[in-house]
Amino acid sequence: MAETVASSASADKQEPREEERQSVVIVFSGDSGDGMQLTGDQFTNTSAILGNDVSTFPDIPAEIRAPAGTIPGLSGYQVNFSSTELYTAGDSPQVLVAMNPAALKANLPDLDSGGTIIVNTDTFNRNGLRKAGYESNPLEGEGLSGYDVHQVPLTTLTRNALEDIEGMSNQEKDKCKNAFALGLVFWMFDRPIDFTMKFYETKFASRPEVVESNSRVLKAGYYYGETAETFQTRINVPSRQAVESGVYKRLTGNEAIVLGLVTAAQKANKPLFYGSYPITPASTILEGLAALKNFDVRTFQAEDEIAAMGSVIGAAFAGTLAATASSGPGIALKSEAINLAVVMELPMLVVNVQRGGPSTGLPTKTEQADLLEVLFGRNGESPIPVLAPATPVECFNMTIEACRIAIRYMTPVFLLSDGYVANNSEPWKIPDPALIEPIEANFRTDPEGYQPYMRDEKTLARPWVVPGTPGMEHRIGGLGKQDVTGNVSYAPEDHEHIIRTRAQKIAGIADYIPELEVTGPEEGDLLVLGWGGTYGAIRAAVEQVQGEGLEVARAHLRHLNPLPRNLGNVLGRYKQILVPELNLGQLAFLLQGHFPVRVIKLNKVQGRPFQIREVADKIREVLR
Amino acid sequence: MSEAVAESKLTRKDFVSDQEVRWCPGCGDYAILAQMQKVLPELGIPRENIVFVSGIGCSSRFPYYMNTYGVHSIHGRAPTIATGIKSANPDLSVWVITGDGDGLSIGGNHLLHSLRRNVDLKILLFNNRIYGLTKGQYSPTSLQGHRTKSTPMGSIDYPLNPISVALSAEATFVARTQDTNTKHLSMVLQRAAEHKGAAFVEIYQNCVVLNPTAWDHTTKADVRDDNIVFLEEGKPLIFGKNLDKGIRMNGTEPEIVSLDGDITEDELVVHQEGRENASYAYMLSRMEYPSMPLPFGVLRSVDKPSYTDMMFDQVEAAVEAKGAGDLNSLFNAGDTWVVD
Ligand code: SF4
Repeated sequence: MAETVASSASADKQEPREEERQSVVIVFSGDSGDGMQLTGDQFTNTSAILGNDVSTFPDIPAEIRAPAGTIPGLSGYQVNFSSTELYTAGDSPQVLVAMNPAALKANLPDLDSGGTIIVNTDTFNRNGLRKAGYESNPLEGEGLSGYDVHQVPLTTLTRNALEDIEGMSNQEKDKCKNAFALGLVFWMFDRPIDFTMKFYETKFASRPEVVESNSRVLKAGYYYGETAETFQTRINVPSRQAVESGVYKRLTGNEAIVLGLVTAAQKANKPLFYGSYPITPASTILEGLAALKNFDVRTFQAEDEIAAMGSVIGAAFAGTLAATASSGPGIALKSEAINLAVVMELPMLVVNVQRGGPSTGLPTKTEQADLLEVLFGRNGESPIPVLAPATPVECFNMTIEACRIAIRYMTPVFLLSDGYVANNSEPWKIPDPALIEPIEANFRTDPEGYQPYMRDEKTLARPWVVPGTPGMEHRIGGLGKQDVTGNVSYAPEDHEHIIRTRAQKIAGIADYIPELEVTGPEEGDLLVLGWGGTYGAIRAAVEQVQGEGLEVARAHLRHLNPLPRNLGNVLGRYKQILVPELNLGQLAFLLQGHFPVRVIKLNKVQGRPFQIREVADKIREVLR
Repeated sequence: MSEAVAESKLTRKDFVSDQEVRWCPGCGDYAILAQMQKVLPELGIPRENIVFVSGIGCSSRFPYYMNTYGVHSIHGRAPTIATGIKSANPDLSVWVITGDGDGLSIGGNHLLHSLRRNVDLKILLFNNRIYGLTKGQYSPTSLQGHRTKSTPMGSIDYPLNPISVALSAEATFVARTQDTNTKHLSMVLQRAAEHKGAAFVEIYQNCVVLNPTAWDHTTKADVRDDNIVFLEEGKPLIFGKNLDKGIRMNGTEPEIVSLDGDITEDELVVHQEGRENASYAYMLSRMEYPSMPLPFGVLRSVDKPSYTDMMFDQVEAAVEAKGAGDLNSLFNAGDTWVVD
């Protein structure tokens, strides 16, 4: 059907103009039932396979079933693809695929002026407009005159393409309309549909009729681009040059944590115990690990956050590599138990995938406002190492590093991710697992001279002795205790001694972690210092202003406790320090507490990552 | 270490730790500790395979006094830590020591869920109907009207019945015993230890300092026999100083009948702890002082796969289906592409 249309119309259409661009940002937006995540994923995978760098960011509604056609019911997928290295999913899209009026209304303010819009005109009826809150049809009138708008009756064309399939309801046919949009976008950016065809074949292997309908509609969308008069330009984003050779795949931050945990357990030669309570945006770690039981992964979905933390302490005490993940509100609930882990000095990983707070806050949105929570949100002196990955892919190595530190120093460790890092995806060069260093994780089994809180001279770690080991039975708990023997003690000097010893142990980790690296001038007017998931925006912004000839240095903290040894020295070499963070100045507060510096703050708490231009503008302003 | 070796060697003394016991003189906890130290050598479990986990409260000091592995954890959370221990090493014999405040108030949620999952834990709840460690506030099992420092005009809370709670959480083993009845206590501890799955034991424990009269009705020689019915498998429910009273069903309600000629034992309720349906055990649990005798012994004991058994079955099944995990194939699974 579609092919007939193609051949009859193509006679009239002129060859489209080819345009080359370095990078493009597309947003696919529609109802949560419209398959936008799958569509975006397919476009991204094909682009990655063709050799572009890619970075994606999904925008998933907070409510599972918000009413169809409304703005709260939207599901969006932003993909940035490029012929150069990418650091973020892009400030603002140049192309918007809007499956309904709500999608247009919600995304138009972000779209670049002069950007391209593809709309499904079939949904721009009275009902659709009303649900989106439009008083009049935006496609009529001048509102969109600054944009390159393509009005496509996507639903009708999809149904047409499937017209002759018997026994398929219109409702079923309409489910394929994302394939039409995808085919059309593939044409626009001159990418083959083959990889997606393959994907349909594997994904729906047991349902050939679904393969058939989707493939047909995908083709129809592609040919529509080729034939319809409205499309006069094809955009080409060439492959990236000089990419390190190897096998790649895309990973989100949470997927990387899953792989990191499994790898760390194998490298430590221990089973992995993961106890967790469902919470956005951390739940996908639990789901990911639950599917990997053949790695001797024991997942436990606890009755609440506290139980999850308790189970992890028990599992660490009894000798597994133990981990949990949550988000701010859950970490608050876990705090008391985390403190027990601090006092019991047992190794475990606690992941905090930060979301907008306080309280329930913005569950699906990103923020960096739990830094002080993980550092100080517990009673008493309670030092815990804190690591913060800068990118999704870094979550893999840093999860392993965090586990390594936990076991080496016998301490709980925080990995501080965020909603952006967790859900954003980027290419990962698949490492050779054999080249990842083993994690030394030995239980002490020699009862000779054993005391529960005797310490390694160098690391100050106490020995890990697990139940089942003869002759080393011991009792430990949360009460104040004497160092070395571990016996309960309220003696003033015993308390002070063990508190100081623990603090010293954690501070000593600074000898084990890398020093802070600076990119750009070694000293000068301005250092831009970030931490965690803002890395991409900061790096891109700094490179942009450096390109304009400004003298700016950049550094990124991945270790928030202890801080890198050379941090004070680095800070002292610049006249001004700019700290962009997605909170009201928590790292700035920390730095000003630790060092004699004055810090310029750039803060944002909108549940959204920084845009490159926001950081770049601030740098220009500071240097002006 | 083989079990035979352990069995032949261990004595009560092997389970006594070097820590000085610090309960008030006369506290019921001493008797429970002593029985535990007597029972454990009988079980044939190597000492290093035993772990005691507790929360916070007087009873929660228990692990310090046992020369086994132990965790004195935080208020109410012992079942969660114990679940983690058991999931890490299912060969361990894991005991949870809790109280009426620790287990039913702050830790109520964890108690419910560890029981419903049938985690293979032995949970001993020392019930003294008072907060001891914080010096005498009322607890979730304190009776209405109980005057304490925090309820000067009497408690207005309705109390919980721990046995009913455990049964409604689908516990597979539920028993009641008492600190002063050492023989019965030791029998119940032994039975709990042998149960595969979650075992819940309520132990009436006397807080001699803050609530010394709480269990007078079950301890005083002149009244206790009229207030307790000892459950024995396959035997009719008979009680009383002269064993002259029995329990009979009247419709759906149990009633006390006197065995003085007209009524024979055949009409009495016969105890069966293994009934699949928990209604019978629940009915027993609702027999409360003073209207009915309190059931002592094993109210319910049924076999169900334990949580960790099923957890390891799934790990095994996954290995069988997919092969033991291989990082290289995991890394390379899904959509990959090659850059030359
Ligand atoms: S306060 Fe009561 S329960 Fe606590 S140790 Fe003293 S007698 Fe025992």
